[in-house]
Amino acid sequence: MDAIILQILNGLDKGSAYALIALGLTLIFGTLGVVNFAHGALFMIGAFCAVTLQRILSISFETVDPTKTDFLGNPSTVDTPYIVHWFGPEVGGGIIDWSVPLAILFAIPIMIAIGFIMERGLIKHFYKRPHADQILVTFGLAIVLQEVIKYYYGANPIQTGAPEVFRGSFDFGVLLGFDPNVIIYPYWRLVYFAFAALIIGAVFAFLQFTTFGMVVRAGMADRETVGLLGINIDKRFTIMFGLAAAVAGLAGVMYAPINAPNYHMGMDFLVLSFVVVVVGGMGSLPGAVLAGFLLGILESFASMTQVIDLIPGINQIIIYVVAIIVLLARPRGLMGRKGVMEE
Amino acid sequence: MSRMNLTRRGVIKTGAIAGAGLAMPTYLSAQTESGFTNAPAGDSVTLGFNVPQSGPYADEGADELRAFELAVEHLNGEGDGGMLSTFSSKVLDGTGILGKKVTFVTGDTQTKSDAARASAQSMIQKDGAIMISGGSSSGVAVAVQSLCQEAGIIYMNGLTHSNDTTGKDKKANGFRHFFNAYMSAAALAPVLKQLYGEDRAAYHLTADYTWGWTQQESIQASTEALGWTTVNNVLTPLAATDFSSYITPVLNSGADVLVLNHYGGNMVNSLTNAVQFGLRDKQVNGKNFEIVVPLYSELMAKGAGANIKGIVGSQNWDWKVENVMGDKYVGSNAFVQSFGNKYGFPPSQAAHTCYAQTLLYADAVTRAGSFNPCAVVEALEDFEFDGLGNGPTLYRGADHQCFKDVLVVKGAENPENEFNLVEIVEVTPTEQVTYDAEHPMFAGGALGSCNPGA
Repeated sequence: MDAIILQILNGLDKGSAYALIALGLTLIFGTLGVVNFAHGALFMIGAFCAVTLQRILSISFETVDPTKTDFLGNPSTVDTPYIVHWFGPEVGGGIIDWSVPLAILFAIPIMIAIGFIMERGLIKHFYKRPHADQILVTFGLAIVLQEVIKYYYGANPIQTGAPEVFRGSFDFGVLLGFDPNVIIYPYWRLVYFAFAALIIGAVFAFLQFTTFGMVVRAGMADRETVGLLGINIDKRFTIMFGLAAAVAGLAGVMYAPINAPNYHMGMDFLVLSFVVVVVGGMGSLPGAVLAGFLLGILESFASMTQVIDLIPGINQIIIYVVAIIVLLARPRGLMGRKGVMEE
Repeated sequence: MSRMNLTRRGVIKTGAIAGAGLAMPTYLSAQTESGFTNAPAGDSVTLGFNVPQSGPYADEGADELRAFELAVEHLNGEGDGGMLSTFSSKVLDGTGILGKKVTFVTGDTQTKSDAARASAQSMIQKDGAIMISGGSSSGVAVAVQSLCQEAGIIYMNGLTHSNDTTGKDKKANGFRHFFNAYMSAAALAPVLKQLYGEDRAAYHLTADYTWGWTQQESIQASTEALGWTTVNNVLTPLAATDFSSYITPVLNSGADVLVLNHYGGNMVNSLTNAVQFGLRDKQVNGKNFEIVVPLYSELMAKGAGANIKGIVGSQNWDWKVENVMGDKYVGSNAFVQSFGNKYGFPPSQAAHTCYAQTLLYADAVTRAGSFNPCAVVEALEDFEFDGLGNGPTLYRGADHQCFKDVLVVKGAENPENEFNLVEIVEVTPTEQVTYDAEHPMFAGGALGSCNPGA
C-alpha cells in the first residue's frame, strides 16, 4: 500500500509539470491555432531564470587568502557575495537561499517579453501556413534557444537548490497511520504540486471570471464572429501567448530545484507534453490538465518494480501505449472538441 | 600541323575522368604509394579528434579538445612540454612526429554513434587523418573503433568505460588508456567492505545501454563476492530525467545501499532525487543508508553540487593525485601546470586520458619509425611506460587495454574551492584490478589482426 501511495504522489508531482506545460501549449493552440514546438524551450528558459537570478545574487568580490594556495600553487582567493557583504551573512545569505522563489518575480516579465517577441517577431508570420510549417519553424526556434543557453551556461547541469527550509522530506505516512519513515516525500515536490495547482486555478479563473478571459474564450470558439463585433482579438491572443510563455516559464523556475537545469530539459518534456495535449484533446484546457495528471500517475505506476517484472520495458512505453488506446477509443482525445484540427 | 577535334562528348568524358581523379579521396591515393591509409606525404601529419562538441557531454568534449590541443603543442615543441619531460619513453623531442609537424582536425560526435562515425569518416577521407581519438560515450567509442578498424586507421579511445570496448567489441586498431567497469568494481570492492562492511543489501539503478549493463554486472559480481546481496536491479531509460518513481521503491525495499550505475546528467539527476527522498539520512537494518556512484567525473561532481558530499566512486585519474599520493604518479603535476596555465583551471580525467593517448600514439609511431598502423600496433602492444600520471602502466597486447592503479574517491565534505570537489580515498594497485584477457565479462569478441587499410 505504501508503494502505491508513493507512486500516486510521484504521479501527481510529474503530472504537475506535464499539466503546466500542456496548459500553455493548449492555450497557444486554442487561441492562435499554432502548434508551438518551442514551448519546451520556454520551460527551460524559465529554469534558467532561476539559475541566472541565483548567479546575479551571488556576484562576488575576491580577496586573497595568503594561508591557502590554488591548484597552481598561487595564493588562493576567497569569493564573498556583495549581497552578503552589504547585508551580513544572515540576511544576505538568506536572500541567496531564497533565489528560486524570488525568481518567480524575476521570470514573469522576462517570460512575457520573450513570449511577445516570439509571437510578434516570428510566429505571427506562420498563422496562415500549414501546421507542418509551424512545427518546423518552432522546432528550429527551440533548437536555437537551447543552443544559446548552452553557449552561455554550458552543457553540464547546474544545481539550483530550494530554500533550506524546504529541503528534506515530509513524513506523509504518519498522517495516514503508517510507521514513521515509510511514506516520506520531499517538501519541495509538495510545494511544486501546490504551486502547479495554484497556477492552473489562476489560469482557469482568469479565463472564466474576467472580461478579457471571456473574450478570449469567445475568440477560441469563433474568431471571426468576435472580430466582426469590433474586438481586436489578435491583440488579446498575443497577450495570451505571453501568458502561456509565463506559465511555462514559472513551471521551469519551480522545477529547477527538483532536477538541476540543463539546456536540454525543454526537449525532454516537449514530446511528453504533446502526447498529453493530444490525449487530453487538442484545444481543451481541462483535457490538458486531466491528461497531464493521468499520464504522470500512469508513468509512475509503470516504473514500479512489480509492474516492470510483469511487463518488462513497460516503463519506457506506457505513455505512448495509453495515447494509442485513448486515440483509438476517442479520436479527439479525452475532452477534445469537435472541429479542432479537423478541417 | 596537328588538328585538335573538340567534341561535346569528348569534353564531358575528359572532364569526368579528370574530376573523378581530383575527387578521389586522398587516402586511396596514399595507400597505393605507401601501403597504408593516409600515409603522410608532406612535412605535416594530421590527427583527427572526434569529441562531443554538442549534446549532453559537450563540456567534457570541450575539455578533451583542450587537452588534445595542448598535446599537439607539446609534440611540436611549443609551450612548456607538459608530460613529455616526465614520460619514461624519451623518443619524443618536440619536433612533431617523425619530424613532421602535427596538425589536427576536429569532429563532433554529438554523443550519437551515427554522427560520430560520419565525422570520423569525414576526417579520414577528406582531411587525411592518420589517427582518430576522443569520445565520451562507450556506444560511440565502439562504433568509431569499428569504423577505424575497417578504414585502416588507429583509434586511440578517449573516455569510454564499458567493458565491451576492450572486451567483446575490441579491435586490433583500437587502444584504450582509460580504465573500465570491471576495474572500477575491483577497485571499489575492498573500500566498500572497509567503509560499509560485508553484510549489505544493494539496490541497483542502471542506465539501459552497454556501459550501464557492464558497470552493473561488474559491481554486482564484486560486491556479492564480499558477501553483499543484490535486492534488485532496475534498468532506467537513458532519456529519463526524473528518477523519483525509480527511487521511491528503494525506500522500503530492504536495501541499505543504492548503487547508481548512471553517468553524466543521468547520475546528477538520480543522485539529486535520491538525496531529496532522504536516502542519505535513512537508517535500514540498523545501518546508515549509503549511495555508491561507481564512475565519477569532476564535471558530474560539479553538476551534483552538495549532493555528492561523501559519495564513494572511482576515477581513472585526478589532478591532485601526485600531491596527495606522491611521486609514483609523476607527470600529473606537470600536466596540471601546463593545462592550468593555459586554460585557468585544472584538467578533468577525460582531458588527461586524451592527452596521454596522443602522446602514446606519437611515441609509438616514433619508436616504430613508421606511421603504418600495423607498426604502431606492434609498438603499443605490451608497451610498459611511466610518467604519464598514473604510475607504471602496461598496454596489454591481448586486448589493447591499459592496466594501472585505480583511484577510489569520494565527494569532498568541505571543498575549499570549486576545483576540490573530489577527495582521493585510496589508490587500488594494478594487481588488484588486473583480470585475465579471457575473463567471461570480456568474452565474445576477437581482437583480430591490424588493418593498415591497403
